Amino acid sequence: MSLVNLHQVHKYYGDHHVLKGIDLDINAGEVISIIGKSGSGKSTLLRCINGLEEYQQGGITLDGNEVTTEDIQVRRLALSVGMIFQNFNLFPHMTVGENIMLAPTIVLKKSKAEAADIAKAMLEKVGLAEKFDSYPEKLSGGQQQRVAIARALAMSPKVLLCDEITSALDPELVGEVLKVLEQLAKEGMTLILVTHEMNFARDVGSRVVFMHKGKVWEQGDSKTLLSDPQTDELKQFIGAVL
Amino acid sequence: MLHFSDLLQYTDVFFSGLMTTVELTLLTTILGIALGTSCAATRQYGHPIGQRTVTVYVELIRNTPFIVQLFFIFFGLPSLGLKLSPWQASMIALTINLGAYSTEIIRAGLNSIPKGQIEAAKVLGMTFRQTLTRIIFTPAFEKIYPALTSQCIIVMLGSAVISQISVEDLTYAANLVQSRNFRAFESYLVTAFLYLGLAIALRFIFNQIGKRLFAYREAR
Ligand SMILES: Nc1ncnc2c1ncn2[C@@H]1O[C@H](COP(=O)(O)OP(=O)(O)OP(=O)(O)O)[C@@H](O)[C@H]1O
Ligand SMILES: [Mg+2]
Repeated sequence: MSLVNLHQVHKYYGDHHVLKGIDLDINAGEVISIIGKSGSGKSTLLRCINGLEEYQQGGITLDGNEVTTEDIQVRRLALSVGMIFQNFNLFPHMTVGENIMLAPTIVLKKSKAEAADIAKAMLEKVGLAEKFDSYPEKLSGGQQQRVAIARALAMSPKVLLCDEITSALDPELVGEVLKVLEQLAKEGMTLILVTHEMNFARDVGSRVVFMHKGKVWEQGDSKTLLSDPQTDELKQFIGAVL
Repeated sequence: MLHFSDLLQYTDVFFSGLMTTVELTLLTTILGIALGTSCAATRQYGHPIGQRTVTVYVELIRNTPFIVQLFFIFFGLPSLGLKLSPWQASMIALTINLGAYSTEIIRAGLNSIPKGQIEAAKVLGMTFRQTLTRIIFTPAFEKIYPALTSQCIIVMLGSAVISQISVEDLTYAANLVQSRNFRAFESYLVTAFLYLGLAIALRFIFNQIGKRLFAYREAR
């Protein structure tokens, strides 16, 4: 059974039809890159998967659970889906360690000591072990994003959703974040990324999903799809970004 | 000639008035901020009916004179069968007044929290209550702390009005003393300095609490 399943998902913002019947099946361990023009509905799609946005028709299941925007359901989903944002969204009044420990302690009800161990292990993983007691403001964008990844990993999610997580970074800081993602992909983490990093999508990703006008316009194995696009729209898009 | 020594025999009167003002101030500051916090959270995140109720309350209080609010509670409510002592009426009026003004101030603080912070808490599985207390409150209060401090001082100074319903506060003491010894200049000058001292003390307390609450500011 697939880990994430979308069946004929339609989403409207008022009269604005943003997702027009999305069908998508994602298996555990896949690294999916969602690409497409601005406004094609990439973020909306991602935010529907973990219940941040409501959809009006169709169905989404995650690990067998139906996805809805009900509070209880969103909290249950949060146990298996992590999300990383473009602007990090670290909590400014907490140290890096506290940022990571918070959810394991108050959501998973782990002890302080246990949560601290998890936090240290996750920081180690993203290469920031020495920043445990720093405040987010003191870190570079790349470091902040790696802390955000560590914070999501501390909940041991089955899927990580990443919405353009390198777009707010200075070019020289993009690499360190992508390296962490690559490592996660190697370890078998399921990743669903909205990204403009075509090289990353091709080299690390397993599948590329091209969104156009609220539809999954074309999808397939990342190397094949990017080197041999079938639709004119994807050809045009690849031509424009490369 | 000024005769401050004529006031010495009234030290007790001033002191007891001062204590009443201090007591009411501390109590109403705590209750008023608590009221303002829950109203601000309701107005910002609550059910539409709650939001409208808060709006009506805030506008009602902010657009009427405090003394009328006080008189209404003390002289008006008994006709509905609710009889309050002057002290009780003052406590309620001051709390309601500070509550309304602090609602607006605290709401500005809540408003300043980026939506992304709330979403980040949500996708980590936190309940909204946890998000409010752990994620939103500290940075929100930090933003508006100076304004909130000033408002509490304004309400403390405004509490002078409660002497009108014969609560024996600091202003009541001043009125009493000058009516006895006709040293209006001295009485009110001393009283003014006592209020000034109270304002400084209140600001100091707020600063100390702020230093604790927002220690991360210093650290970074
Ligand atoms: N909260 C909202 N209210 C109304 N319309 C919205 C909202 N969020 C997004 N939209 C609209 O939905 C459409 C899809 O937006 P979405 O953010 O999913 O696009 P995107 O593919 O992520 O674009 P980008 O590459 O710019 O991030 C856009 O036309 C956008 O204007
Ligand atoms: Mg987007």
